[in-house]
Amino acid sequence: MENQSVISASPSAGVSSKPTGVKLFFSKLVKQRALVVMSIPFVIWLFIFSYLPLWGWTMAFQHYSPKFGFRFWEQKWAGLYHFRFLFEDERFLRVLRNTLVMAGINLVLGTVLAIILALLLNELRQLVFKRVVQTISYLPYFLSWVVAASIVQNILSPDGVLNMLLIKMGFINDGILFLGVGEYFWTIFGSTMVWKEIGWNTIVYLAAMTMVDPSLYEAAEIDGAGRFKRMWHISLPGIKPVIIVLLIMNIGWLLEKSGFELPYLLGNGLNVDYSENIDIFVLKFGIQQGNFSLATAASIFKTLVSFVLLFSANSIAKRLGEARLF
Amino acid sequence: MSEIAANRKPTITSRSRRMSGDQVFDLFNIAFMIVLVCFTLYPFVNVLAVSLNSPADSLKGGIYLWPREWSIANYQYILKNPAIYHATMISVLRTVLGTAITVFCSAMVAYTISREEYVLRKFVTVAFILTMYLSGGLIPTFLVMRELGLYGSFWIYILPGVIGVFNLIIIRSFIYGLPDGILESARIDGAGEYRTFFNIVLPLCTPVLATIALFTAVGQWNSWFDVFIYNSQKANLSTLQYELQRILSTSSAANSGMNAASAFARSGDTSANMVTPLSIRSTMTIVASVPIICVYPFLQKYFVKGMMVGGVKG
Repeated sequence: MENQSVISASPSAGVSSKPTGVKLFFSKLVKQRALVVMSIPFVIWLFIFSYLPLWGWTMAFQHYSPKFGFRFWEQKWAGLYHFRFLFEDERFLRVLRNTLVMAGINLVLGTVLAIILALLLNELRQLVFKRVVQTISYLPYFLSWVVAASIVQNILSPDGVLNMLLIKMGFINDGILFLGVGEYFWTIFGSTMVWKEIGWNTIVYLAAMTMVDPSLYEAAEIDGAGRFKRMWHISLPGIKPVIIVLLIMNIGWLLEKSGFELPYLLGNGLNVDYSENIDIFVLKFGIQQGNFSLATAASIFKTLVSFVLLFSANSIAKRLGEARLF
Repeated sequence: MSEIAANRKPTITSRSRRMSGDQVFDLFNIAFMIVLVCFTLYPFVNVLAVSLNSPADSLKGGIYLWPREWSIANYQYILKNPAIYHATMISVLRTVLGTAITVFCSAMVAYTISREEYVLRKFVTVAFILTMYLSGGLIPTFLVMRELGLYGSFWIYILPGVIGVFNLIIIRSFIYGLPDGILESARIDGAGEYRTFFNIVLPLCTPVLATIALFTAVGQWNSWFDVFIYNSQKANLSTLQYELQRILSTSSAANSGMNAASAFARSGDTSANMVTPLSIRSTMTIVASVPIICVYPFLQKYFVKGMMVGGVKG
């Protein structure tokens, strides 16, 4: 009734129904003021800490000068100058190569080895032993990158354990400065990543395996399938959807997979050609040299690539009729 | 009879062979796991051995599993060094404060967006979820933080991480999973939003909040990058991890031991010649990891559960 009278009062129905909607909204809001008090301060926080920095993207298209600060409209525009500069810069192309190689190593090893380890852990029958192995395998994941880097340096130093072993076994005569040889860096990176994260990466796969119907294993055993066959034909297909979803997510995060901490902490002047990746490049150019525009252009490029990768991996999975993210 | 026996025989042998194949598999599997455990622990054990070895002797190298000359000189040095002690205190403070604030605030926001009738529910949820995909990146964030006056301040350790979107999703799906009617009956009994949250939701969410507390605490304790970016000029806000990082960066492969020793110049210590950078680095590595080693196994039950809850309903 009330609604009708409002409609007769004003000719446009679209506008007229609005006031009641807004009124209803505000009366609800007042009624739910406790919920508003509990959430809106954090939305303001979110705006300041997460959305405000988005304006900084304009810096990539400008010759940023600190004297204007946040008045980005007063900065001098540069168009795609910084992006063009990046792709003509030999150093950036090398940085890009390092990022892709390290990310690839981490993605492939991190996925394949974690699945193999999860399959083997799943076959352990002594449950206490299994728990102990799992607990120990998670440990490196919780240690900080600084600690991990320190441990790696300790093992690899010229008078460290690895060199001592190689000398004793007669492979070399003098200790090698492993971190000083660029060609070794990717191997060191890959091994450290596996050491640190493989145990942790198995958790999701193991959780997925508990969902596999136990009667399948019994049926396979009656049919004479051995342990490897059961792993290959039952466990693995059982976790296939999880593997694919994780793979898509990881491909979306591919450029993050090259890590920042480890290459930065283990990097030095001697292996820089192999250890420097995009994040380190951004840090060096941006924070340390003050070239904010160029550094921001590099990080925008990284974000764009991540989006493209995420959407293409998702659509490929969709076309193959597999589980997908969205 | 003989026919039956002849029929039976091969099945028995094939079954026993299969059994032994199974056992061989188990044996190899267990052996593999033991090797894996050794490889996982060894690098750490080696550092521990160096930290417990006499500093001068460690320089000769060749310490594998066990200290050659037992010594607690390194630990004594660390305990007496005021800079390292102060850094440890800052680490503890940021861990305790940061974890408490993050867990409480995340739970509160998660509760509001779990309430179906909340009119701003969609808005709040989307505002948070979007930030998972949009990030200003290092430089713009740095500039905003500086503008906010967080450069060179303790609060840079706490404020940027007040709410994690992932935590929010995990807690929200946990609240969804609570038995139907618990929250309803509280409301019928006349409990307001605050009371429902404090007296019912918070206690019921203990498992998931424990998980989140663990991850936040580990993250806080382990972080060094924010110290490095924002507070590297402020010696009194340095943390244990950052002190370790400074030693690492000065003793990295390209530099000689001379530089490493100068890492202690800032701490103004004169007894630095007693210990070596190598032994100090090892000892600080151990000190920085001990709290983690003590805490994480106990919460294993929770974090596996919590991750699964989060995984079911992203």
